[in-house]
Amino acid sequence: MAMFESLSEKLQATFKRLRGKGKLTEADVNEAMREVRMALLEADVNFKVVKELIAKIKERAVGQEVLESLTPAQQVIKIVHEEIISLMGGSESKIQLSSKPPTVVMLIGLQGAGKTTQGAKLANMLKKQGKHPLLVACDIYRPAAIKQLEVLGAQIKVPVFSLGQVSPVKIAEESLEFARKNGHDLVILDTAGRLHVNEELMTELSDIREAVNPDEILLVVDAMTGQDAVNVAEAFHNQLGLNGVILSKMDGDTRGGAALSVKAVTGCPIKFAGVGERMDALEVFHPDRVASRILGMGDVLTLIEKAQQTIDEKKARELEEKIRKQEFTLDDYLDQMRQIKKMGSLSSLLEMIPGIGNQLKGVEIDEKDLGRIEAIICSMTPEERTKPVIIKDSRKKRIAKGSGTTVVEVGRFLKQFEQTKKMMKQLSGMPGMPGMGGAGKKSASKKGKKGKKGKKGGQRKNPLAKFPFPF
Amino acid sequence: MAGIFGKLKDKLSKTRQGLVDRIEQVFTGASKIDDDLYEELEEILIQADVGVSTSLELVEMLRETVKERKISDPKDLQEVMKEQITGKLGEKSELRLSDSKPTVYLIVGVNGVGKTTTIGKLAKHLQEGGKKVLLAAGDTFRAAAIEQLEVWGERAGAEVIKQTEGADPAAVVYDAVQAAKSRAVDFLLIDTAGRLHNKVNLMNELAKIKRVVEREIADAPHEVLLVLDATTGQNAIQQVKLFQEVANVSGIVLTKLDGTAKGGVVIGIQGETRVPVKLIGIGEGIDDLKAFEPQEFAEALFV
Ligand SMILES: Nc1nc2c(ncn2[C@@H]2O[C@H](COP(=O)(O)OP(=O)(O)OP(=O)(O)O)[C@@H](O)[C@H]2O)c(=O)[nH]1
Ligand SMILES: [Mg+2]
Repeated sequence: MAMFESLSEKLQATFKRLRGKGKLTEADVNEAMREVRMALLEADVNFKVVKELIAKIKERAVGQEVLESLTPAQQVIKIVHEEIISLMGGSESKIQLSSKPPTVVMLIGLQGAGKTTQGAKLANMLKKQGKHPLLVACDIYRPAAIKQLEVLGAQIKVPVFSLGQVSPVKIAEESLEFARKNGHDLVILDTAGRLHVNEELMTELSDIREAVNPDEILLVVDAMTGQDAVNVAEAFHNQLGLNGVILSKMDGDTRGGAALSVKAVTGCPIKFAGVGERMDALEVFHPDRVASRILGMGDVLTLIEKAQQTIDEKKARELEEKIRKQEFTLDDYLDQMRQIKKMGSLSSLLEMIPGIGNQLKGVEIDEKDLGRIEAIICSMTPEERTKPVIIKDSRKKRIAKGSGTTVVEVGRFLKQFEQTKKMMKQLSGMPGMPGMGGAGKKSASKKGKKGKKGKKGGQRKNPLAKFPFPF
Repeated sequence: MAGIFGKLKDKLSKTRQGLVDRIEQVFTGASKIDDDLYEELEEILIQADVGVSTSLELVEMLRETVKERKISDPKDLQEVMKEQITGKLGEKSELRLSDSKPTVYLIVGVNGVGKTTTIGKLAKHLQEGGKKVLLAAGDTFRAAAIEQLEVWGERAGAEVIKQTEGADPAAVVYDAVQAAKSRAVDFLLIDTAGRLHNKVNLMNELAKIKRVVEREIADAPHEVLLVLDATTGQNAIQQVKLFQEVANVSGIVLTKLDGTAKGGVVIGIQGETRVPVKLIGIGEGIDDLKAFEPQEFAEALFV
């Protein structure tokens, strides 16, 4: 996948000889478009969608003045990025509520797309927002599908309606009655996975729709889907009329070009993204972030936002200062570790930073280890925490005893800490991402440019400097 | 794998069959071999998920062959292309059997690709061939995964070794290996939880499961089968690479070829990793499993 990571680099190379020229000529742009096309296709954006997109981008790019603050490559990426975002539309992560409850949501899709899991997650999410959901088991075909929904329902304490192996239309109908009687204002129908070319089963979906008149029909699409995503989405949309899409398995490392394809052929907004198997792993869908991801620029924004939620800006800046001066202590380390724990899965966080996956190779990040490390640091005196060099054998023994670990472990950790300090210094000196670190925000681009001249400015704009990992 | 015959083409949906004319038209409709034709061919490949770089490479090869063999009729292009793709896919590859009982297959893959279903189909096929099969419910994570496998076990007439949801999968697999040995079954098929290849912890768990098998039976598992969903795009390459790194994948099962997706990504995978495709899934029924035939697959790309 390294190929995609370098779209900005490739464009930079393409445009090298362009410096000094005022405008982007058609020839320049054509050359750039070859790279863009390649990147989009490798990201699984549908072929026809790519064609249209490229035509649009080209039209905009040719003849453009190269802005003072950007390199020509950045300029093109900016246009590509903007066009993708505009194709994706705005963020619309809302469920259309019915004026006459219950609101009925129907989930449909191919086999294995993740309907059952997303259905339960959606119920969980809306329950937290004060709704009283009912999950309905309409998948009578797949072995143990009903049981699966029941287990998930029990986990999130949402009742599951099922009638066993009877007609899904009947199940759907009766579930509404049940919901009304039992005060459920939201009904989520989990239907069986099916192929979009299976006429009989597609008709069954239409029959369910006729019977219960859903407020929302949501197509669940696996984020890893390839070129076929357009055929699938088109067929389901033509048959039923979709209201929106849920993109599942976005916690993988796929570029997710299917998102763009599906939006392009149905015009329906992607409302949510599934980002894990846990019941809280459903997120609002952000078109701009997926645009960066498709272009291989990492989900920098998600990362920054997540980090900002938990880390106080000022504190982060202080830390940055400390890292640069190598004054980072074990107390800071502990502090950071706790912050990260608050943020949720560490590895998923790290994966969002472009280029970091490689930098951190060989550094084992086991979340279970965090607890032991915490114990080790807590068994140190304040002096030891600021000056770990003084920790020699006898102190190590005491710390090991106090933390329920071994001398070897304490030693290993201290060594690791020193390495970490070094690595953090290196990382914080990394130049900012070329191009769209700030998703089209001019200020970000300007600072990024400055960063290349003056080292300090560059460090400030680097998301890592803002959010130093103690690893 | 006698018995898993039947033509792939027959299973292809009507809609997909409908596309035949369109693609064939590209070749029959063209009056001469020119850049436009090559471009259209490239488009067909890309739309079959072959991927840009592999598609470009294939078309480049085709150009050379056309020059070499002095081909001038557009109709011959398709045949040459099929030939090339078949060549890239390598020889037909059979499932490996152990000399002594039991033969152990470990089934792995990302979420929802068809691991459990494939196990059900494979068990049925083996049972019908007079073999005694045992299944291991190694997915202790997903809700009702054990029950799902049990239904397949019943359908196929194979017993299931299981523990409860949340149990250590390595422990379940250990039990299953012991049971397979003591009952002298011919095959042990191990189901595992779906896991995304970029989740380090889950991949480590898989490595541990495999180690248990290795420790208990020398030279087992005899196959580590990675199940890929034909609907998947270029990410499948990453899947193969990372599963191979952790579990030393020996073969691929390409499922859901009964839809409109063509699974062209396996061509590039062959080029990069040399892990052969061994089986294909062509439906949800218990008999919808077939041995992979490179030539037939190459043909279906243009259908
Ligand atoms: N059309 C079609 N559907 C299939 C095929 N193989 C499996 N399926 C369906 O795909 C869905 C998922 O299959 P499973 O066998 O549960 O997949 P899995 O990989 O075990 O899933 P997890 O254990 O949840 O990761 C089910 O609805 C199957 O019926 C196939 O070849 N064609
Ligand atoms: Mg399974």
